[in-house]
Amino acid sequence: MLDTLKLPERHYLNNGHGLKSWLLTKDHKRIAIMYLISISAMFLLGGLFAAAVRVELMTPEGDLFLADNYNKMFTMHGVVMVFFFLIPSTPAVLGNFLIPPMIGAKDLAFPRINLLSLYIFWVGAAFFFYALFAGGVDTGWTFYTPFSSFASNTNVVPTALGAFISGFSSILTGLNFIVTIHRMRAPGLTWFRLPLFVWAHYATSLIQVLGTPVVAITIIMVFVERAFGFGIFDPTRGGDPVLFQHLFWFYSHPAVYIMILPAMGVISEVVSTFSRKTIFGYSFVAFSSLAIAVFGFIVWAHHMFVAGISTYSAMVFSFLSFSVAIPSAVKTFNWAATLYKGAISFETPMLYAYGFFGLFLIGGLTGLFLATLGVDVHVHDTYFVVAHFHYIMVGGAIMGYLGGLHFWWPKLVGRMYSEFLSRISAILVFVGFNLTFFPQFILGYMGMPRRYHAYPDEFQVLNIMSSAGAGVLGIGYLLPVIYFLWSLKYGEVAGPNPWGASGLEWQIPSPPPTENFKEQPVVHGEPYEYTPHVAREANLV
Amino acid sequence: MGSFGIPLFPEQASTFARDIDALYLFILAVSAFFALAVSVAVVVFGIVYRRRHAGEVGARIEGNLPLELLWSIIPTMISMVMFGWGASSYFHMRTPPAEALQIYAVGKQWMWKFQHLEGQREINELHVPVNRPVKVTITSEDVLHSLFFPSFRTKMDAIPGRYTQLWFEATKVGEYHIFCTEYCGTNHSGMIGKVVVMEPSEYQAWLAGGGVEGTLVERGGRLFQDLACNTCHLDTGKGRGPSLNDIVGKTVELADGTTTVVDEGYLRESIINSQAKIVRGYQPLMPAFQGLVSEDNLVALVEYVKSLSPTATTAAPAAATPPAAPAAASTNPPGAGEKN
Repeated sequence: MLDTLKLPERHYLNNGHGLKSWLLTKDHKRIAIMYLISISAMFLLGGLFAAAVRVELMTPEGDLFLADNYNKMFTMHGVVMVFFFLIPSTPAVLGNFLIPPMIGAKDLAFPRINLLSLYIFWVGAAFFFYALFAGGVDTGWTFYTPFSSFASNTNVVPTALGAFISGFSSILTGLNFIVTIHRMRAPGLTWFRLPLFVWAHYATSLIQVLGTPVVAITIIMVFVERAFGFGIFDPTRGGDPVLFQHLFWFYSHPAVYIMILPAMGVISEVVSTFSRKTIFGYSFVAFSSLAIAVFGFIVWAHHMFVAGISTYSAMVFSFLSFSVAIPSAVKTFNWAATLYKGAISFETPMLYAYGFFGLFLIGGLTGLFLATLGVDVHVHDTYFVVAHFHYIMVGGAIMGYLGGLHFWWPKLVGRMYSEFLSRISAILVFVGFNLTFFPQFILGYMGMPRRYHAYPDEFQVLNIMSSAGAGVLGIGYLLPVIYFLWSLKYGEVAGPNPWGASGLEWQIPSPPPTENFKEQPVVHGEPYEYTPHVAREANLV
Repeated sequence: MGSFGIPLFPEQASTFARDIDALYLFILAVSAFFALAVSVAVVVFGIVYRRRHAGEVGARIEGNLPLELLWSIIPTMISMVMFGWGASSYFHMRTPPAEALQIYAVGKQWMWKFQHLEGQREINELHVPVNRPVKVTITSEDVLHSLFFPSFRTKMDAIPGRYTQLWFEATKVGEYHIFCTEYCGTNHSGMIGKVVVMEPSEYQAWLAGGGVEGTLVERGGRLFQDLACNTCHLDTGKGRGPSLNDIVGKTVELADGTTTVVDEGYLRESIINSQAKIVRGYQPLMPAFQGLVSEDNLVALVEYVKSLSPTATTAAPAAATPPAAPAAASTNPPGAGEKN
């Protein structure tokens, strides 16, 4: 790094001071930073609940918490992580910050709606905190009826309303992205010149806008049943408990793709940048995002193979579930092929991308076991499923999110973090994650059901391995908090383009000015151009 | 089976176990192959093509259509093998043989109650004979539960308001876990038990050792009188309700012009929610027994009514679900399915 690098005099962070300048901002970058702080706090909270679960499971007897309290711990872990961390994570922080500069725009199409979505998120979180301090909730994050509609005497309604409200924040973010990507691209930036990160967010936004209203309706139905005694899901009042599962998974399965697609977008950017090479099969990677978004909507009943659905509908949903595996496989092969004849370096974001490969491979491939009817009957609702979705939602989505955060951190704050510590953290996360969740596949095939407070003795060894891994994972997640905060003041000045990346967002100062671009950029070339000439230019900026 | 003292598979104790484990190992082998292939590729590329000087850039390779087609089509074909194998195993698991021994299971926060036709009732323990198909008809008194036999590789949800079923044929004498695998509240993890697989002769001896209330049919017959069902459902067919003789497995015409097949689900629904599907030609006079008859007693009543159809009794469930008919009926009988 050159000694002459200096932070720009005016940028979005020092353009206005005081709380009011943040709370009333319309700058997508400031909103992204507020999202970052909010969801990091939620991640910490969700992590504490997970730690409680893992400590309890170190012994077969339920000896640390009362059964009711344990049930609340795993429920609140799931609710916080899914609705208040994973769903907003990459889109609301990185997407919010980066989509405008990536497409050469000054802001999102609707800056006020963007701020509104953050406020709605906070209101949703407030409902959750109310439920938490009023004693918590014990339905599992899936809110299955009729348990949630009449059997649970915990705070089901405030929690569900929290999820309902934060859903609107997700819808508004998606709507904003769709309009922005359609209407605000720089001259010359055709659809097939868009960074794949933008394609992934476009696909994600479609799911947010089309899927989230369905879960909103479902939650309202549970609310109406609990509050007014209408028989919708409760069979003693003529309702159908399985109807809830259809409605819930119609959103919540695609919601998994809300989490993983943006992470896939991050991986495409990181892999291309750190191998200094255009992405292999650009259009296949781009369209596979759309394919995942579309197929994701027609596989929901694979959560219900033993829930009393008919044999033939189970067969149809099994078949369709395999269809969503193919575009994921195509992406993975294309990333691997991108590395071929690249000029590869292993700074921290690339380590996270490699970690993503390993974990997403296992997560995706274990999905095949669950799509296969005969095997799913055995492993459904066991720890096999717990392991599988953590490999996707933590191994895939969070590795992608953290990789992206490390990749764009210099753009966010203008300074570098400790390369040494961040590499240690990436390795700890990878090792700790596998130690935590791999034993759970074996536990699941052995038959250990999920959501068990106590378990037979023969499962203890694997559970201790899992809990030990969770400790390592926890350290891996805490380290970035330390070195990111440290970097704010003491980090080396990054300059506009520390990685020599090709995207438009790297051509503006770090941190960027409020208006992103001094003058409207015009795009002439293809994305991911890494010719020796461009590399030289990038280093000179 | 195990390695380094850590068990990897539960006991194989049913006819399904070998098939499901083989399918599991097949998918595992395919997964391991692809996981290793991609991992080795990215690691080798990472080493061979590492950046050697600051200005180095990668080769300009934009893609390769044949390669894209290859790695789309081959995984599709392999996944279709998994689909076919898995679907055929599932179909087998969802189609109980006609001669299967019939047992009823009722889930309740937080216990499993089992009833044998001979009258034996047990809680959190299930005695079954070895080498004989056993069909378990399952329901719940309160919330969702799921009846899981890991050593048999099968499970099925217990759903309040309707009957579901699973079957298995145990192949090894011994005791194995029963777990509840659908989260059901406070003591979910305490809703466990054991299935005791016995030699047929021992099973017979065990059956003979209980049943003070008589067989399930006898108990159902008494309930039929106690609840005064017999005052309307006359044998002659001239009562205020239809005769219940020889109706199981038959198709009846309903007041609204539609038809339904009489099976366990329809019988159960007609007791607790009698107005739902009135047989054509009869008035909706019968009181609903929702909340008045426990699931255990409903099971006895259903078995009693089934006993009035002697030709259909042994094959009653099969009559409602001939293997060639849409198997939808086996897990989602018209009387018990979604009401909308």
